[in-house]
Amino acid sequence: MGMGKDIFEITVNGLKLVVIFLMMVQAVPILVWLERRGSAFIQNRLGPNRVGPLGLMQLLADAVKFLTKENFVPDTAKPLLYYAAPVFALIPGAVAFSAIPMSTPIHIDAFEMFGSSWGPYTFLVQGYDIGVGIVFILGVSSLAAYTLLMAGWGSGNKYSLMGALRASAQTISYELALGLSIVGVIMLYGTFNLMDMTMAQQGPLHFAFMGHTVTANWLPNWGIFYQPLAAILFFTTTFAESNRLPFDLAEGESELVAGFHTEYGGFKFNMFFIGEYGHMMIASGLMALFFFGGFGIPYVSVAQVQEWAASATSTATGASALVALVHFLSFFIKFAFFLWVFIWVRWTLPRFRYDQLMDFGWKTLLPWALANTILTAFVIYIASL
Amino acid sequence: MPLGGVIFIVIFIALFGAFLLWVASKTGGKSIYHPIKYEPYECGIPSLEKKDTKVSVKYYLTAILFILFDIEIIFMYPWATSFREFISTGQGAFVFVSMIVFLAIFIFGLFWEVKSKALEWD
Repeated sequence: MGMGKDIFEITVNGLKLVVIFLMMVQAVPILVWLERRGSAFIQNRLGPNRVGPLGLMQLLADAVKFLTKENFVPDTAKPLLYYAAPVFALIPGAVAFSAIPMSTPIHIDAFEMFGSSWGPYTFLVQGYDIGVGIVFILGVSSLAAYTLLMAGWGSGNKYSLMGALRASAQTISYELALGLSIVGVIMLYGTFNLMDMTMAQQGPLHFAFMGHTVTANWLPNWGIFYQPLAAILFFTTTFAESNRLPFDLAEGESELVAGFHTEYGGFKFNMFFIGEYGHMMIASGLMALFFFGGFGIPYVSVAQVQEWAASATSTATGASALVALVHFLSFFIKFAFFLWVFIWVRWTLPRFRYDQLMDFGWKTLLPWALANTILTAFVIYIASL
Repeated sequence: MPLGGVIFIVIFIALFGAFLLWVASKTGGKSIYHPIKYEPYECGIPSLEKKDTKVSVKYYLTAILFILFDIEIIFMYPWATSFREFISTGQGAFVFVSMIVFLAIFIFGLFWEVKSKALEWD
């Protein structure tokens, strides 16, 4: 649990958090490359293809360019807010993502090292196991609104301020529909704990309905089959939360130059970008977790994987690590798919107008999320009769 | 204790970000100061008004409505986690109906808000 109790465990858990954060930062250039190649593919053009094979070295070239950019602060800026905003933009993404379980826990047997004995330990393939996982993630990721306001106010530019106001108003408006769409999911699993939710989605589709047990062996027991409407609402609102097209009114370059990051360039701009991709990663991870079985593998149970791993490896620690690896791959495939959908949608749908955006959030998504909540409660109650 | 991990990673990221900014400021190019260059970028036109004076009141209204509705939604969370437990102890009907009453007030609030044009943007 959490940070652990002795030096070894605390060190490993600390390193694990750092690795999760660095992997997220590391994934951003790759996603940017994927986004540029993907957009080129969708728009029937080539995309970056000059620097290295398939333009892959473009990532390094971009990093060098960011680093050599002049450090520019406008005269009107408030320096503390102006510098703090990009740093704070990194925080919500990584802190919230660390709470998502990415695989089964690894059990490590007792072993000898540095002349003393250690263990046994259980390491979770997630930053920390927080009992109220969903509430924590929602709370932390909504702190991103402060980053926008800090950047907008700190730049001392009226376009930045307008962009920041729009972005924060949009973020909080869509947070209502986001929060409400999850109520149905919480009701379905009866817990806030993300690990318990994943484990509840194991095995074939089965549920009790008015005293009868209904089983469908050809389908996995995923949340999407119980909460299809919630899945659509949740995924739509996360686009607005991460300021991605079709809801990137924060940027709206035809009206606001570049929105809240007009005055930012070089590495400071890059850090906002990392923050935006961090939000996409949380959204993709949560989509996989709530509606697509998390790290579970369809048609294969954890017990079956454990049996196979025990026959393939000689030690119990090795088998446990292999099981974790296989489940991590399953999680990663789902996760990567939703990241791709984010990119795909960006190059498919046009941008909303601001009044349309607010109307859509308050008058369409919110009532549908309410309807989903009431319907779910009603069906759960009827099914228990 | 998970909180230890959260505090640790927040401090780590803050230091990491500050370090990146410091590195970028050292490796970045230098230029001579000129007042026009350091004006805020507003499409080349000199700013005629102070930048932080006028903000549409709609944003305040949106923020207030958000707080109201968000608190109401947070109230539903504990209800949602324990709904199945209440059903298994035979209190399902009571808990369901009380939530419907709560939601009716919520829906009335939303309806009133739409009706009073609090959500109209122009």
